[in-house]
Amino acid sequence: MLITDLIQETISAISANKVRSGLTILGIVIGIASVIAMISIGQGATGQIQASIEGLGSNLLTVMPGSMKTGVMMAGRGTAQALKEDDVNVLEPISGVIAVVPVNQRSFQVIAPNGKNTRTNVIGGSPEIFQVREISLESGSFFTENQVRNIERVAVLGKNVAEDLFGEEDSAGKMIRISGVNFKIIGVAAPKGGVMGVFFDDMVYVPITTMQKVLSRSEYISSILIKVEKKDLLSQVQQEAILALAQKHRVDPQDPDFSIISQEDILGALNQITNTMTIFLASIAAISLIVGGIGIMNMMLTSVTERTREIGLRKAIGAKNKEILAQFLSESVILTFLGGAVGILFGWLISIGISKFAGISTQVSLFSILLAFGVSSLIGIFFGYWPAQKAAKLNPIEALRYE
Amino acid sequence: MMEVKNITKVYKLGDVETKVLKGISFSISAGEFVSIIGPSGSGKSTLMHILGCLDTPTSGQYFFEGKNVSELSDDELADIRKKEIGFVFQAYNLLPRATVLRNVELSLIYAGVPKKEREEKAKKVLMASAFPQEFWYYFSNQLSGGMQQRVAIARALVNDPKLILADEPTGNLDSKTGDVVLNTLIDLNKKGHTLVVVTHELYVAQYAKRIISLKDGAIIEDASREKSKSLKIIKE
Repeated sequence: MLITDLIQETISAISANKVRSGLTILGIVIGIASVIAMISIGQGATGQIQASIEGLGSNLLTVMPGSMKTGVMMAGRGTAQALKEDDVNVLEPISGVIAVVPVNQRSFQVIAPNGKNTRTNVIGGSPEIFQVREISLESGSFFTENQVRNIERVAVLGKNVAEDLFGEEDSAGKMIRISGVNFKIIGVAAPKGGVMGVFFDDMVYVPITTMQKVLSRSEYISSILIKVEKKDLLSQVQQEAILALAQKHRVDPQDPDFSIISQEDILGALNQITNTMTIFLASIAAISLIVGGIGIMNMMLTSVTERTREIGLRKAIGAKNKEILAQFLSESVILTFLGGAVGILFGWLISIGISKFAGISTQVSLFSILLAFGVSSLIGIFFGYWPAQKAAKLNPIEALRYE
Repeated sequence: MMEVKNITKVYKLGDVETKVLKGISFSISAGEFVSIIGPSGSGKSTLMHILGCLDTPTSGQYFFEGKNVSELSDDELADIRKKEIGFVFQAYNLLPRATVLRNVELSLIYAGVPKKEREEKAKKVLMASAFPQEFWYYFSNQLSGGMQQRVAIARALVNDPKLILADEPTGNLDSKTGDVVLNTLIDLNKKGHTLVVVTHELYVAQYAKRIISLKDGAIIEDASREKSKSLKIIKE
């Protein structure tokens, strides 16, 4: 039997019962569409998180007080007071390090002269923080080395803070009060956007000295950012920094009172979460795919019974068992394949709809499409095999006599 | 051409064994027109299934063109059915959703013959059996019973088989269309096809040159039409 004839026979068999075939296909369509849509949500989240983490600044290591084990954050960060500003001095000489920025971060009430106020994160840092965090300006300027040294009360606002306090008008040059102290706004940062934008556009940057002396009145710092020359050096610098800091703090490097995490670590932890979410969503969707597959099996069994005489006739005029098997198997595979194709289309539309109307970013990848196609044809083979074998094994005489 | 040697067929239903054929022997040479007659339950259908390579005997041997059929696999049997045997059934057994042409082509499809060649052969056969051309593209279920049986005969002929096996070919037809179908079969026999017709209808059997009469799974008479007593008994 030629392959073109096989396909022609299959199509004529499927189209002989359009409603039933259509309904059966619908089961697969729903299954595949939900798998595609669910995976697209998961992958969208992963992609967005990845972009945001990279937006934090590339080749960055963060030293935090407290310990951290295998990707899970332990101990309340910021509660432990283990890092001091002079820790920076032991980190700077490490080869491959471009910049070391001490950061002191705390939440304060910020009030504009017009009475509007917001509670937000205030970050004390050295001027390099803007370079390290890859923050650009929308207006005004960053604070300088001089302003840090002079403990000046100047601030750079994140875009959201500026909008919350002053609306659309340019806030550079205006005054605000942070925790009751007057600060002059010297610049507004350009928005970062993304999921992390919620976080980063909501910050106020001030010189670290001002933070320590005027706002938090504490020598301790909440974290240290280390900018590394290139990606390959990250883990090497990380190791050396752990040793150097442990030596300075006089603690065991195996169990230090601080932790150094790289973007990869954060990314890894977050990816773990999103992957779990993706798998969870996809498995729920996969259940509907299995239900769809059972629908295929049900239809094929009915079809084999209905066409018993036809099978007998085909055998009588010389069809071999494997040809009958191939015919019925190709019916179920083509059904699921059609369902897969339409399902991918629908899943795509659903994921576009989700990102448009629910604001969740989605991403349909070639991988998920190939996966859907692979899975749907596997389902066709898996759920179609038994009915097809039943057809192939029919005794031609009994089949011909079947009423 | 065909030789059966002492064949038996036993069906088992649980513990109960039913002996349908009890040691049957005969041979048919090429070009013969044989009618197998007998009352229902005589085993004539079972015999036809064995002759048609749809089934194998429980014991005994069946040689088709010198090949011992009882030793062949399912696939080899299918090959013989495809190339050497044309079946005509009482209930026509056409594919309802296919055109006349496609129905006739069917066994060529399983023989892997390319579309163009297939169509040519099918048209040739339909032409030869004087099947009206206007119906070639009708679906088979749009045709009358007599027309359907003629399509079935064309289908049986498309591979130019040595043997044509007809099982009650006129059983579902009125006598007038039955005659047309029967004459088509007789013509084929005259052209050299070996023809075996299984029937219980006297009027069909009397066209045959040789009559094998079965009763309770055994041959009670194997004689030419002129000498056949069974035919006379029924006639009287």
